[in-house]
Amino acid sequence: MVNTAIPTESPQLESALARVVEVNANVVTLELEQGNLVKNEVAYLAVGDQSLKAEVIRIQGNRADMQVFEDVKGVRVGDRIVCTGELLSVELGPGLLGRVFDGLQNPLADLAQTHGFFLPRGIYLDALNRDRRWTFTPQVKVGDTVQAGDVLGTVMEGQIPHKIMVPFDQPHRLAVSFIQEGSFRIEEPVVHLQNGSGDSIRLSMLQRWPVKVPLSKDMQDRRLVERQYPSEALVTTIRIIDTFFPLAKGGTACVPGPFGAGKTVLQQLIAKFSEVDVVIIVACGERAGEVVETLTEFPALLDPRSGRPLMERTIIICNTSSMPVAAREASIYTGITLGEYYRQMGLQVLLLADSTSRWAQALREISGRLEEIPGEEAFPAYLDSRIKGMYERAGVLRTRDGSVGSLTILGNVSPAGGNFEEPVTQSTIATVKVFLGLTYNRAYRRAYPAIEPLISWSRYLDQLQDYFRTHLSPEWVEKVKFSLELLKTGDTINQMMQVTGEEGIPLEDYIVYLKAQFLDNAYLQQDAFDDVDASSPQARQVQSFLLVLKVLEAEFKVATKPDAYGLFTKLTSLFKNLNYSVLDSSDYQRYEQELETLLDQNA
Amino acid sequence: MIEHTGILEINGDIIKIKAKGVRYGELATLNNPNGRTSPAQVIRLQGDLVTLQVFTGGQGISTGATVRFLGHPMEVICSDNILGRVFSGAGQPIDGGPDLSMEPQVEIAGPSINPWMRVVPSNLIRTNIPMIDMFNCLVESQKIPIFTVAGEPYNELLARIGIQADADIIVFAGMGLTFDDYHFFWNTFQSQGVFSRTVMFVNMASDSVVERLLTPDIALAVAERFAVEDSRRVLVLMTDMTAYADALKEVGIAMEQIPSNRGYMGDLYSTLAFRYERACDFKGAGSVTILTVTTMPGDDVTHPVPDNTGFITEGQFYLHDRIIDPFGSLSRLKQLVIGTKTREDHGAVANTMIRFFAGAKEAEKKQSLAFELSDTDEKLLHFGKLFRERFMDFNVNIALDDALNLGWKTLAECFSPEELLMKEDLIKKYLPRAAAAEDLEAEITVAEAAKDVDLVEVR
Repeated sequence: MVNTAIPTESPQLESALARVVEVNANVVTLELEQGNLVKNEVAYLAVGDQSLKAEVIRIQGNRADMQVFEDVKGVRVGDRIVCTGELLSVELGPGLLGRVFDGLQNPLADLAQTHGFFLPRGIYLDALNRDRRWTFTPQVKVGDTVQAGDVLGTVMEGQIPHKIMVPFDQPHRLAVSFIQEGSFRIEEPVVHLQNGSGDSIRLSMLQRWPVKVPLSKDMQDRRLVERQYPSEALVTTIRIIDTFFPLAKGGTACVPGPFGAGKTVLQQLIAKFSEVDVVIIVACGERAGEVVETLTEFPALLDPRSGRPLMERTIIICNTSSMPVAAREASIYTGITLGEYYRQMGLQVLLLADSTSRWAQALREISGRLEEIPGEEAFPAYLDSRIKGMYERAGVLRTRDGSVGSLTILGNVSPAGGNFEEPVTQSTIATVKVFLGLTYNRAYRRAYPAIEPLISWSRYLDQLQDYFRTHLSPEWVEKVKFSLELLKTGDTINQMMQVTGEEGIPLEDYIVYLKAQFLDNAYLQQDAFDDVDASSPQARQVQSFLLVLKVLEAEFKVATKPDAYGLFTKLTSLFKNLNYSVLDSSDYQRYEQELETLLDQNA
Repeated sequence: MIEHTGILEINGDIIKIKAKGVRYGELATLNNPNGRTSPAQVIRLQGDLVTLQVFTGGQGISTGATVRFLGHPMEVICSDNILGRVFSGAGQPIDGGPDLSMEPQVEIAGPSINPWMRVVPSNLIRTNIPMIDMFNCLVESQKIPIFTVAGEPYNELLARIGIQADADIIVFAGMGLTFDDYHFFWNTFQSQGVFSRTVMFVNMASDSVVERLLTPDIALAVAERFAVEDSRRVLVLMTDMTAYADALKEVGIAMEQIPSNRGYMGDLYSTLAFRYERACDFKGAGSVTILTVTTMPGDDVTHPVPDNTGFITEGQFYLHDRIIDPFGSLSRLKQLVIGTKTREDHGAVANTMIRFFAGAKEAEKKQSLAFELSDTDEKLLHFGKLFRERFMDFNVNIALDDALNLGWKTLAECFSPEELLMKEDLIKKYLPRAAAAEDLEAEITVAEAAKDVDLVEVR
């Protein structure tokens, strides 16, 4: 493993030299001695024999402020800085899947091997293994003309055919002058491309991309790839989401909720069960323990679609709360860039960011040290545009070879005090198309997942109407809306009962209230810790929901409120047991039969 | 070494002086003309202007004082000889015991732990408090605060868990502790026979706030060293984290930083997380478990300190009105042990009881509004009463399996099997029939009586 702390000179980059003049926690001010400064370029700050990675974020005259991605203990005024001229970038190529990186794409397993329990500063390892060989199969031949994003060949990365593509910012049409098949290391050239004037470019399977620049933007502007309107549901196998507040492939969603409401458990479930090709988990400023759970669990779990360990489709970007705050800011962009790369191969990618509030707080911390004029709650004024810019990198894309890939972004939001009025939640809600609001109220009642159906919404329920009609059932959307309406009515009746007591409302209203309760208990709630109930695939959901509808639409002939209560308790109990039974097992059939009988007797 | 003179500014506990070649985070000694000295730490560099925070506070510092830079960051003494000793919040021995100046030192606030070197926590820590063991288990390497209000017996609870938990070493950190509280802890550790494996770092209410900022780092550096190098299972007890956060606020304001919420700085989350994340079960070594007290000003859980803490920690115990509230409390790690390290029915019983207790509270509300009560409401009210007596009372001291049996018994006394909405096989196996319930009662009464004796001793 090579320590690439200070990159060797690369010809096209002009590097500048500078000295430290001020240190204010992780914001260090430099004074330029030689060369030019580039905004957002990477710089290395020399402390003793270590060099610390940093990013230039503000330039004023011959001085510039940079955020250092490490602890700055021991830095002195006058210490030497080398600016690289290169923007903060990640490595792209086969071997990303199944790995765990920090926010700057350092592989944590390799770091553990070389440096033990702690993360020493100033150590930067190659993200991708340089020694491993991959079998490269060409998709083009000598003489073909290619341009940015075109597929040159493939390698099998686990189950996924990993496409090796022409660099995404390549401005010209190029002719293939050489291509070879066989087993290569990622830095070995596999293709030579020639431009009109005969200059040759040698390409390996490895490329680099600056994380804060959308990977497909240039190709979109040149109409090489085409952004499409999301039109397919992303199945998470969580009933309340898929049925009531569906996600779309290539869409955006947010999960705000106070602490302890179950954001992280929900996100782990989505990571585990969602029907996608690649899952990228960005643990951004949250607990390390949760990442460890995923790391321990995923290699042992099988992806029901491929039958391979879940870890093989997962990448974890882990910049937990105790790791340096500047790298936290970068970590989401690192994750998104990797997601865009796999989308470019025509794959369905899901990115889970936990939590975007910590990312916003990182912006706030750095903004505070730069002494910028603060906005609401001391967040910087550019918070809103950063959030929008981040989510806008999701989307459906028709790639160069006609395959359609998608990147879905689901961000957790951790609002201070559980108050959704705060700036991060508000900016996020204004951006995303699905809002899954978790509340204390439901968590206290152990109604998990604690998504509050009365405040949550999904714009995709209407947008994907055709999909639901053809894939699920003809009147799906209408039925879902009917059920949501019933929940609202049930809640109103419940509030009425708080004032008047049960005796103060008519029996018909009481039954509506019980129906709403039934829908909540039997369908919306799902037991994450039960092997069967934890995941409800689409086909099973359709079956279940139609059965629930039978109850919701039935006219019950019960004489008294206690009778009605007793009946619904029985129905709920049967339905819960049905949820716990393997689909179409004998237990399942028995409970289903009992339910139907009970319904027939009373309706 | 050069003595730097010419202090330019003294603001709160922060001083500014001109000096060259100073390192960020470096430790310094301030010599006052009256002969008093104090350690200080570099917290900002602007050209040759150096900002330092003075550990003993700004009071009485003369502009004629001199500063000597020591060339290394803050360190703390750490070896087996510190066990059974008491130190100041800045890590100096204050118990008049043998000299420790030749003992090895460790750097405080070192690099963070590589997540790859953590293992998933899996050991239950039994406390014999059913509201913890049964509903929100404490797990080895967990980081969890007691959210509470002034006037509650939180220090008693902290000490009780500390003593009953089976840990190799107890590291105690007191921030802004009153003498009475200090004496309570000291006395409890002594009388319960755990003092020989305890080390105390005590920042008293009258000590400086700068020192208070160091206390958690010092305690955690020591705990971490014991866990990593000696593979010990360390329990860190810290009280009160709100006093620590207030010290952060005070220093932040003196530094003229922009506050984000109620005077606290925008980096409160990161600062707290950096400390709490030291809780870890190390791959192939020991563990650090962190239990803290966070007092909530005005019993307001949305106050920035408990709010930020709640997002960082793996749950919280919410202590108010002398009970551990089952709704406000949460252990995020409980599912790692429930049903695997504990009995298979644990999860189901606990959830069902909580659901009924929530129902009981609803019924109580109805009752207080003088609404007509249904049969179910009456059952729930009965259950609520039993639940309070048998489980929630602060003094209940009962082993987990006994508590589970008592749970089944209580359910059986109040509800019919169908009303439980539980899996049928569990009901068949565990729900006591009428006769069995009586024997169980006798058994538990004996167990309770025995435990009560222990408790008296503890307190």
